Order: sequence, then structure tokens, then C-alpha cells
Amino acid sequence: MSLFGKKKENASITYISDGGASQTVAVPVGDSVMEGAISNGIDGIVAECGGACQCATCHVYVDDAWIGRLKPMDEGEDEMLNNAFSERRPNSRLSCQIQVTKELDGLVVKTPPAQQ
Amino acid sequence: MSHGVVILGAGQAGFQTATSLRQEGFAEPITLIGDEPGLPYQRPPLSKAFMLGKQEIGNATLRPERHYEQNRITLLTGQAAVAIDRAERRILLTSGSTVPFSSLVLAVGARNRKLPIEGADLDGVCYLRTAAEAIDVRGRFGSANEIVVIGGGFIGLELAAAAATLGKSVHVLEALPRLMQRIVSPVLSQFYRNLHESRGVRISTSVAIAKIEGEQGRVRGVRLSDGTLLPADLVAIGIGVVPNHELAAAAGLTVANGIAVDTYLKTDDPEIYAIGDCAEHPNQFAGGRVRIESVQNAVDQAKCVAAAIVGRSAAYHAVPWFWTDQFDASLQMVGLSSGYDHVVTRGEPESGKFSVFYFRGGTLRAIDSVNRPGEHVAGRKLIAAGVLVSPDQAADLSVDLKALALSAPS
Repeated sequence: MSLFGKKKENASITYISDGGASQTVAVPVGDSVMEGAISNGIDGIVAECGGACQCATCHVYVDDAWIGRLKPMDEGEDEMLNNAFSERRPNSRLSCQIQVTKELDGLVVKTPPAQQ
Repeated sequence: MSHGVVILGAGQAGFQTATSLRQEGFAEPITLIGDEPGLPYQRPPLSKAFMLGKQEIGNATLRPERHYEQNRITLLTGQAAVAIDRAERRILLTSGSTVPFSSLVLAVGARNRKLPIEGADLDGVCYLRTAAEAIDVRGRFGSANEIVVIGGGFIGLELAAAAATLGKSVHVLEALPRLMQRIVSPVLSQFYRNLHESRGVRISTSVAIAKIEGEQGRVRGVRLSDGTLLPADLVAIGIGVVPNHELAAAAGLTVANGIAVDTYLKTDDPEIYAIGDCAEHPNQFAGGRVRIESVQNAVDQAKCVAAAIVGRSAAYHAVPWFWTDQFDASLQMVGLSSGYDHVVTRGEPESGKFSVFYFRGGTLRAIDSVNRPGEHVAGRKLIAAGVLVSPDQAADLSVDLKALALSAPS
């Protein structure tokens, strides 16, 4: 969402709930995968700290086809994931730390059973 | 007929109360009343990513409008309350309308402490708490070159860091002998002073201000009590906040340093709660009554009250945590260090990665970590569970804090 209304490119992101419900939405390039969920009313991502990598309530499991195509996580995200409520898995990421790029068009993430 | 819950204050705590009530299965009406215009939003980014132009206000919105529709939350924004009518169980708004309640949650927050000084009303003298104020300050950043920040606390230093990053000349003035004095230990104050100075920010501590000077209504500088004039085309003031407890006091509720609540976050009135920045509550991690200004406190107290309203009342016991981002230093804090009698540093401040452990009577009370997220995350478990950690263990880098944390009962 640009303050000046500039036209932005979107990427298509699919969020799959723990129960299997799938929603695909257009997320502006430059926003985070968390922001894409919040602005589209997708349950399963809470983001209590608002994207500051402080709370682990935007935890997602990234689809195996995509996990290797993301930029590696930094130490802050890696450590905060240890605080996630649901089980941490090898494909766990904090969605506030995944910035949407054109290359991520088609990204699929699954939300965990619970965030807190 | 139940009038449901009215939440006064649509900041982080008010928003979370409304949302958590629905998640708890609460079926009665929920009305969320805020005095600012627009959808509820987060404040933390305003002094950080937003100031740097890396985030827009729209992305700080807590939830889109349809969240309130779907959850049947009646959102009244741009509406200030003028009174709490306890006898009639209703809120009176400035618009003249009234809103009845069965339960009331006061999440009325705090407001900026004003600097009582000549010239504080000049054009170009700014405060920062609301989105409107943030938009104003960021707009002024564009043409401002010499910025004086009054107050060397979190907000002042975050603003200073953002301004310096944008290439502005910045001078921070602090009345106390060191930065963030009331919150952190001397080792952290010195680290942050060095950090800011290394990026070109001038820092003056133990400084007294005589007045703010202007020309034709516009600020032109800050006059210190020793006569020095610091030229400025923008003066940003961040000297703390005062709780909004006047309505509660006028309604006969006990106020102290905020609206006084018990361990269940209830005021003197069994159907009126107070949470977040405005609430003075007993806190086990403080060992006494405190008022805490943080996202964590707002969110966790909201959840506690939502649970109480649906009949699952429990004492508030969440571990406090905070954060501040300045330049490339991420400071994460857990616990409450007030009253500490001993500090231990783990790691070297010169490396830019270290933690400070605060002890009182031999008990670990708080940990402040700079660019050491692993120690912070372990610390949340250690402090919450009250794990015994000795000063020697804290200082010893060979002691595995994560393993100690894992040994804690969850």
C-alpha cells in the first residue's frame, strides 16, 4: 500500500490453513507474506508484534517446492522461531520476514495449528 | 438485555480485547471506541520503519475494515468519551450520544508528556505518538536539516537514529546523566551513546533547557540554561507519557500511576477493567505495582480480560518483553530490571553483540540483549519460569542458556 498511490506489481501467494482451506491472493511486491495475510483477512497468521520479528505469531510452513527459493533467514528469525507455539519444522519461517518479490509469484505457505 | 462489552480506546490493547473476545466465543455485542480517526493501527513502526520511509501507515493497520464487520465489532472511531456514567452503566461521547455497557474495558492509553517551556508551541516543535503526528514529523524531515531531539529515551533515540540515517544533523538532549537511564544499566547507556555518536549524532546529557526560540512563529533553536543556542529547524520532544486516567478518576475509580486494577485487571468496579498503558497493576516480575507501556503488555492484558469476561478469570502473569531498533542494533529486553542491585555482562559490548543480566538479591530479574536474539528467546523462558541462574553462569559464555531454559518447567 503506497502512500502516494503508485501502481505496484503483485505476486500471487497461496495460504493454506491447518484444516486444508486454501486462499490465493495478490500481494504487492515489497510487502511481507505476513502483511499479505493480514490485509486479506487470512486467519492463521496473527502477527502480534506487527512484523518486528519479536513474537513468532506469524509462523508458517513453506511449501517444499518453495523453501529453497527464499532468502535464508537471519539469526533473529532463526532464534525467534524457537519461541513458536506450534511445532518448528525444517520448512518453518516467520512470514513477516519473507518479503514478496516477483520471483515469489506462486508461493505456497501453510499456517500452523495454532499461533499462541 | 445485555449491552455486551464496550472497550474504550482503540489502540493495541482495545483492538486485541475485541478480537480475543470473539476468539473466546463471546456472542454479545462488542463496541470499540477510539478518539483517533481511521482503523486501529500499531504504534511501534511510527518511530522506526515509518520514519525511514520503509513502511507506510496502511501497512501498520492492525486489521482491515472487514475484520470488524466479520467479527461483529462495532467500531466507533474519531469519538472521544467525556464521561463514564457508572450509575447508568453507559459512556457519554463528545458527540452527545451515549453507549450502554454491561462490561467496560478501559484501554485508554497514555498521552505525551508536554514540555512546560517557553516556545514549546512554536511551529516545528513536534511530539510523536499518533499516526497523525508521525505523518507530520516525517513530512517535516524532508526540509529539516538541523534536528534537536529533546529526550534520550526510546522514542527520542529511535527518532534520532532515523533522522541520522536520513542524513540529517541530529543533537539529542537528555536531562539525566545518561541515556535511557530509568530503563537500562550504565553499560547499555554507554553502548548506545557510542553507537549514536559513531553515526554522527551529538549527545548531551545532564543538560537543562531554558527555552525554545523562534522567529515569526517558526522554531529556530533551543536555548540551553548555560546560554548556548543550538540552531534547529525541527525540535522533536520525547520525554515520556502520562496515563489517561482522568475519566476513571472522575467516575470514582481509584487512580494512582494510572487506573488502579487488581491482579485480575479489575478496577474497584467489578464490571470495569483497565489494561495496557493506562493500567497500574500488580506484576509479579516487578515485585509490586507497575504501569507498563508495551505491545506485549497491551496484548497479554487484553487476552487476560477477554478470558475473564467469558468466565475464565485468571491472574495476569505474562512475562514482560520489549524491543527497540536503533541503527543496526536490535535491543530486546525481557523481565523488569527496576530495583536491580547487580549486573553482569555476557559478551563484549565492543563487538556489538552482548547481553546484560540484572539481579536483585541474587535472583535474575531481567535480561537486555543487543543483537543476541538467542539469549533473549532463552531469557523469556528463564524469567517466566523463574529458573535459577547465577551471576557466574550468566557471564560464562560456555554455559548454554538454551539448555538451562529447556530445563525449565513449561
